[in-house]
Amino acid sequence: MSFLNINWYQYSSPQTFYPLAGRMIPWFAAVAAVLAAIGLYISFFVAPTDFQQGEAYRIIFVHVPAAWMSMIIYLVMAGWAGLGLAFNTRLSFMMAQALAPTGAMFTFLALATGSLWGKPMWGAWWVWDARLTSELILLFLYIGYMALQSAIEDTRRADRAGAVFALVGVVNIPIIYFSVKWWNTLHQGASVSLTKAPAMAATMLWGMLIMALAFWAYSIAVALMRVRCVIAEREREANWMNELRETE
Amino acid sequence: MKLAPIWYSLLRRELLLAARRGADVVALLFFFMIAVSLFPLGIGADPALLRLIAPGVLWVAALLSTMLSLNRLFAGDYADGTLEQLLLSPQPLVLTVAIKTLAHWLVSGLPLVLLAPLLAVQFDLAGREIGVLTLSLLLGTPVLSLIGTIGAALTLGVRGAGVLVAVLVLPLYIPVLIFGAGAVVASAAGLSPQAGLSLLGALLALGVVFGPYAAALALRISLE
Repeated sequence: MSFLNINWYQYSSPQTFYPLAGRMIPWFAAVAAVLAAIGLYISFFVAPTDFQQGEAYRIIFVHVPAAWMSMIIYLVMAGWAGLGLAFNTRLSFMMAQALAPTGAMFTFLALATGSLWGKPMWGAWWVWDARLTSELILLFLYIGYMALQSAIEDTRRADRAGAVFALVGVVNIPIIYFSVKWWNTLHQGASVSLTKAPAMAATMLWGMLIMALAFWAYSIAVALMRVRCVIAEREREANWMNELRETE
Repeated sequence: MKLAPIWYSLLRRELLLAARRGADVVALLFFFMIAVSLFPLGIGADPALLRLIAPGVLWVAALLSTMLSLNRLFAGDYADGTLEQLLLSPQPLVLTVAIKTLAHWLVSGLPLVLLAPLLAVQFDLAGREIGVLTLSLLLGTPVLSLIGTIGAALTLGVRGAGVLVAVLVLPLYIPVLIFGAGAVVASAAGLSPQAGLSLLGALLALGVVFGPYAAALALRISLE
């Protein structure tokens, strides 16, 4: 079981993680590209036309996975932030910082595709319903995290202050979600649920799941690229970085 | 020294400082009044319309007033070094933060609650709705102070802290706004305001338990 014998803690140091991340990026990028190609093919050519919504429904192949990713990335980001606060590991904070822009991008993508879908379906670009509103607030939380982190000069303080804000946000997300839900709801119920059979054609579901996996792989690849940049920027004075620069 | 005299003297100090700088409190109250008065001027003075928007307008104005007062929480003590002494002192920082939050609410939250019925009359709200509005503000403004303390502690001494604290804190204020204004709207529609008020009470309980801990952690990070 050589897999289990690897000392995983070794990779919690930026020096050892930097080359590992570099080796992993092409794999995740390739997986993302292949899955996105398959997923887009299914969503445009295989999945049947919806009898109520016509062709316009096809945007869900981007919209739903983007909305999933926007929430998952916030949770992962807050998880890294909590790890960093608990164990004082610099790389955890760097991962949180690297994930935030991708999460914000997916949140924006979910909002934008949602409004493109809403115009023909609901007759309005924007509707103040629970999920749209809480997704918008999620975008505000990402922006707040990034604004706080970039406003503080001292990186150690910026990391830790951002982490506290990310954790406060994670506690508040369910409260915000339910408050907005009780406030007003117009959005259709969730189409995919773990407890009951999905209310859509199997090919549609497959297209959506494959696209979701493609987005996962894309997020990992991009976060690793960004974390390499963050490491390179913060460790520019370190010896190992100078040696790396000379050998490359 | 016992714990009770410490919290008493801390609270007394905060209130005394606020009393010596009374103009700050008065300016905040006037901001609240002006912000509320702008809405009829911008939207029109139709009484039916005003009754409809009154809960939201008063609550949003309370949110903004609280937000504007947040920089006073720690900035003065930070500038003259008192805050570092408080951090070094033997009593738990959570207690200090809790006392400062309480003082902040007494100085900038409670006056809003007391002023709100008067402004509600301007918006032609009925007596019952004025009561619900005041009660919702009484339950909700402490939550605003508790959440705001975290934001103020995180942005302490940061450039552009004023705008930053708004970006951080206002999204977190949304549930309070929804439940607070929602209780008044429900009451005006002939429903029971109990759901909104109970949820505000739940937020207050959560905030009292967790808020000071998060703010104390944020303060340690900002000052280390």
